[in-house]
Amino acid sequence: MKKKIIVASALLGAAVGCSHMASYAPVEPTNDQVKAVLKGSFREVGQAKLDRIDQDDVQRICSAASAGKALAKEDAERIEKSQLAGIKYPADGYMGDWKAGEKIAQQGTGKQYSDDPAQPAGGNCYACHELTKEEIAFGTIGPSLRNFGKVRGFTPEVQKYAYGKIYNSEAYSACSNMPRFGHMGILTEKQIKDVVALLMDPQSPVNK
Amino acid sequence: MRPNRTIAAALLLAAGLGAGSPGAQEKSKAIQEIEKYRAALGDDNPAELWESRGEDLWKAKRGPKNASLEACDLGLGPGVVKGAYTVLPKYFEDSGKVEDLESRLVTCMVTLQGFTPEQAKKDPFGGPGKKVPMDALVAYVAAQSRGMKMNVAGTHPKEVEAYEMGRKIFFYHGGPHDFACETCHGADDKRIRLQDLPNLTKTSDAQRAYTTWPAYRVSQGEVRSMQWRLNDCFRQQRFPELEFASPASIALTMFLAKNANGGVMNAPAIKR
Amino acid sequence: MADPMKIRAAMAGDKVEVKVLMAHEMETGQRKDSKGAVIPAWFIQTVTATVNGKTVLSAEWGPAVSKNPFLSFRCAGKPGDKVTITWVDNHGDKRTDEAVVAG
Repeated sequence: MKKKIIVASALLGAAVGCSHMASYAPVEPTNDQVKAVLKGSFREVGQAKLDRIDQDDVQRICSAASAGKALAKEDAERIEKSQLAGIKYPADGYMGDWKAGEKIAQQGTGKQYSDDPAQPAGGNCYACHELTKEEIAFGTIGPSLRNFGKVRGFTPEVQKYAYGKIYNSEAYSACSNMPRFGHMGILTEKQIKDVVALLMDPQSPVNK
Repeated sequence: MRPNRTIAAALLLAAGLGAGSPGAQEKSKAIQEIEKYRAALGDDNPAELWESRGEDLWKAKRGPKNASLEACDLGLGPGVVKGAYTVLPKYFEDSGKVEDLESRLVTCMVTLQGFTPEQAKKDPFGGPGKKVPMDALVAYVAAQSRGMKMNVAGTHPKEVEAYEMGRKIFFYHGGPHDFACETCHGADDKRIRLQDLPNLTKTSDAQRAYTTWPAYRVSQGEVRSMQWRLNDCFRQQRFPELEFASPASIALTMFLAKNANGGVMNAPAIKR
Repeated sequence: MADPMKIRAAMAGDKVEVKVLMAHEMETGQRKDSKGAVIPAWFIQTVTATVNGKTVLSAEWGPAVSKNPFLSFRCAGKPGDKVTITWVDNHGDKRTDEAVVAG
């Protein structure tokens, strides 16, 4: 709703301002035009190459959806189905070490051009989520994860769901704001298992 | 983080910590303490040091042509600095481009002072022990619009084009984290860790946000401009590096500035 | 010579209120750069304020004072008095600036 207001005022501004010209309706640039401007405005540094500006299908569809063209139900279902199919589950269970998981949740670095690519990336979970009671410096971009396992049940099914959600949140919620930590190679299998343990271990402070 | 100003913050935060499960009361107490810290910072803004240096640089004869910037047209006519920040970005006939303040300063440094574009764009952001002309000039020019309302016309076809491009860039998801500007700035009442996030698609938030840049960032110990803010956002979005005064940076600034129309400028401000 | 200070001196009731912004890195000597090397200490060690030549404040600062320090104090005086502020840092670098008390 708010995005439509911004577009409308731009159109109004154009119509009112150019009274001496034929009425001018702003044409939305095509995705290719946007990509070309971006590629001409960014430079590669460190591990961040220009191919990061290339979009996969999910990014392309979700960009169009948020810019005003609402996400069609078929597109949402197609995204969720294809992303779910791409999840690689571990061979030996879903649970790691919650203490390591808490460190991963606290670490905000990884994949930036200012980061050392030889160092493991963090999940930066606290940027968006509440997790333990002790950590009050948490963000609100995502829902609270307090008592995650306690609320949903400490079962293998929920562990698998948690693993999948961290691996690729688009599999469950098309155009989710949450990064696809496994799919994009941000976190390793072991790291994701550690975060699952943070959420699902009855001894984890998240569930206390 | 720098001592003293942040020691005060840590003490205030520690005072706000309490035992027991976090309810709405305790969460907002942490926020309240942060607000108190921000108010305490407001007493005197080191950005004034940049404003003075910027004014000197505006008037100093520099470059191969040994000329000052005093004839530079920032959008309200040659030499008019007061109010200029409120009408930028703007289309300029002489360069044939839409320019924000920083790209316009580059143009004037080239045409009036004889610098090459590379020289003018070199080292735009200050750092520890490194003083650069650009952020001082931005601080000076922005300060001359204090108390005045943002008034970007955005009606010239090139300005409309820039706005529409900026808008699409705002919603452009990319990189390994799928981030776009809107990931953080597209909804109401969100914060990242404890940093409140303005919803830049909403007029009131856009006004509040845009009119406090440039700003003295205490944690950086520097005055930071909009070009710096966009550059640092994209770094954290896991994109490659946004080039200074690039077309994408101007388009995005056009989108953000025009959305802030009606907001009263109060820059350089002071931020954490 | 280091960058100039910004000094404001005005009457607040029957006292002079002086506000000073100093431009200084105030490096603690405890930070490390990205390569792990210690960034050398560089901070203001002494500050002296005079009104019409008479010392009204002298301070010994250390690394706990932040970059671009702000100092504010009140003292006896009247409009037209000359306020002078001098700082000296651990490199022996110094800076003196002055202002006149506004009415």
